[in-house]
Amino acid sequence: MSISRRRLLGTGTGLALTGAPAAGCGSDTGRGSGDSGGRPVIEQWYHQYGEAGVEQAVRRYAAGYDRAEVRVQWRPGAYDQQTATALLTDSGPDVFEGGPTLEQIQGGQVVDLTDLLRGVREDFNPAVLAPKTYEGRIWGVPQVIDTQLLYYRRSLLADAGVEPPATLDALVDAARELTRGDVKGLFLGNDGGAGVLQGTPLHAAGLAPVTEDGRPGFDDPAAARTLGKLRRLYADKSLLLGAPSDWSDPSAFLQGLTAMQWSGLWALPRVRKELGDDFGVLPFPADGAHGRPAVPVGAYGAAVSARGRNRAAAKEFVRWLWVERTDHQVDFALSYGFHIPARTSLAAKAEPLRRGPAAAAVRFTREHGFAAEPLRWTVAARTAYQDALSRIVKGGADPGRELRAVLRTTEDELRRVRKRR
Amino acid sequence: MRWRPRAPAGPQNRTLWFWLFVGPFVLGLLVFTYVPLGWSVYLSFFDAHNTVSPSREDFVGLDNYAAMLRDDAFTDSLRTFAVFTAFIVPATYALALALALMVNRLRWWQAFFRSVFFLPVACSYVVAALIWKMSIFNGVRFGLANTVLGRFGGEQIAWLSTTDPPWYWLVIVTVRLWLQAGFYMLLFLAGLQRIPPRLYEAAAVDGARPGWQVFRHITFPQLRATSVAVVLLLVVNAFQAFDEFYNLLSDARGYPPYARPPLVYLYYTALGQGQNLGLGSAGAVILALVIGVVTVVQARWFGLGRKEEV
Repeated sequence: MSISRRRLLGTGTGLALTGAPAAGCGSDTGRGSGDSGGRPVIEQWYHQYGEAGVEQAVRRYAAGYDRAEVRVQWRPGAYDQQTATALLTDSGPDVFEGGPTLEQIQGGQVVDLTDLLRGVREDFNPAVLAPKTYEGRIWGVPQVIDTQLLYYRRSLLADAGVEPPATLDALVDAARELTRGDVKGLFLGNDGGAGVLQGTPLHAAGLAPVTEDGRPGFDDPAAARTLGKLRRLYADKSLLLGAPSDWSDPSAFLQGLTAMQWSGLWALPRVRKELGDDFGVLPFPADGAHGRPAVPVGAYGAAVSARGRNRAAAKEFVRWLWVERTDHQVDFALSYGFHIPARTSLAAKAEPLRRGPAAAAVRFTREHGFAAEPLRWTVAARTAYQDALSRIVKGGADPGRELRAVLRTTEDELRRVRKRR
Repeated sequence: MRWRPRAPAGPQNRTLWFWLFVGPFVLGLLVFTYVPLGWSVYLSFFDAHNTVSPSREDFVGLDNYAAMLRDDAFTDSLRTFAVFTAFIVPATYALALALALMVNRLRWWQAFFRSVFFLPVACSYVVAALIWKMSIFNGVRFGLANTVLGRFGGEQIAWLSTTDPPWYWLVIVTVRLWLQAGFYMLLFLAGLQRIPPRLYEAAAVDGARPGWQVFRHITFPQLRATSVAVVLLLVVNAFQAFDEFYNLLSDARGYPPYARPPLVYLYYTALGQGQNLGLGSAGAVILALVIGVVTVVQARWFGLGRKEEV
């Protein structure tokens, strides 16, 4: 049968006219019928990990699950925005890496997973479980623990006659002493630390962005005093700024551009490979009489979308992967990147975490770990605080005045989230 | 009932042909532009956190607009835009005009130089921003700008991290200048080639000196229509600045409060983790109104559409 050009044009136009609105309305989501050969289909989303082998590993875990067909999506780009948007639609994931955020919990976008942790809840590190918990119920199962630490170069400190700093004042002095020629004393990120430090200096002063009972935790003169000391680092020209890669990458530290760097535990294998024993790790140092060393911890949790077609099957899969299969959990944490397993019993047994700086990092996390992003520390409050910190550090703004403005925003936000309960 | 073929649609059935060809595009425009626009205006009256279909109880009237106008971060972003516009519009205008005058005078190799200056237009803003950030204006000793400074005994500068003096403006303005000057140069070239040669001949007969005098009294006035269009496009483009700001200054943890233009701020408000779509929509409506007012005032000021004087 021959097809004339006119017929082809007519057919094509007809398809375009009928198909476009159908696609636009989301009737064809590409998800199929929701089951595969009698087994439910589960869409699982991960953000794009930088470490080689993680993607293959999670696909292997998924393939090994026989009670459902698990389809893994590896998603590069602005992952948090992608998931937040996808959860508004029927074509989003069934299981996904996410906080989940307070907005997602309050908006009924994720499923209550409390029963999955029955009997093992106490085994999860409380600092990493806390931001997944809202009104006593758990909304995400922590996958690993990511923690941030202060890396320092032993030889450079020894040459300058500087001890590893145990207080914030000592850190400020050490950074100044270590700044020589092209080498700066400390790297807190190209923005001077406003982005990565977040609530860490507040915890170092014995305070918190938000208290456990949901109130602003920094309405205290100690907060302004501590943040003012970060300004001293900048004013002394002790901070490395404008490095080609930011704080999360240890390149600046390894290239000798800085003697100390704030970075993640994930950088440790690379640092050890290049520097051998010539480095150590520390928590963010304490400040003031009520201060304490501070180690921010956080990580994605596995969450289940409330709009998924196979919610029960998705929950069972999360239980299987992130509660029962401890071998997969250890493999995921330590075989590719370098993270601490979320469960204390697994972290204690893991061989790569039992000596040297890694063991110190595990101990710091256990003794000084706090939730880097508390659930009630909303985006608006966090942004206001981060902006204030930037103005204090770089612009020399008055810390007391800046924090009073952040306090107002935080109180407004906490009032708002209480109302939405 | 038997189906009877209708008369074939020929050139005489113009309405059918019009809708056949234009219809899909009108449909696309409606579905992908006007419906989202209208929906955004609708959302701006609701407390729409993490939802595009808020319930009646979430209606907040004009609260989102009031909150946005009270928000220092938003008003600061408008100020950032104003500063950026004040830099980029005259700088691009002057550079594009200078390039056009230069290329227009070339007797040989004109096509080559026209292409060379136009080529950056084909480069992505994201790629250019990353080259500027990581290779040319990084703040360490092996950045290109710092290497040159070092040769002259200058100190290293953290170009994007220093607020006093605000060197980051140099980075932001130069990347956009490099990317867009070639396009506006072409517009000016087209304008220059429309000027009748007899005007220059008459000026020469009248004794006008070539160079500045001819440019001021003949070339520049004759480019009035092109100038108006160029300035209009430049201002609208400046308002829509996002790519280079975002890629030069953001990191995984956020964005510094300085040099945060309105679109970046709205991106974080509406599409960041907070997903405050109501507040973000209100900001988008305010921004659209500001752009509309500025454009109309500017068009009036420069006389866009006014009949050319003979």
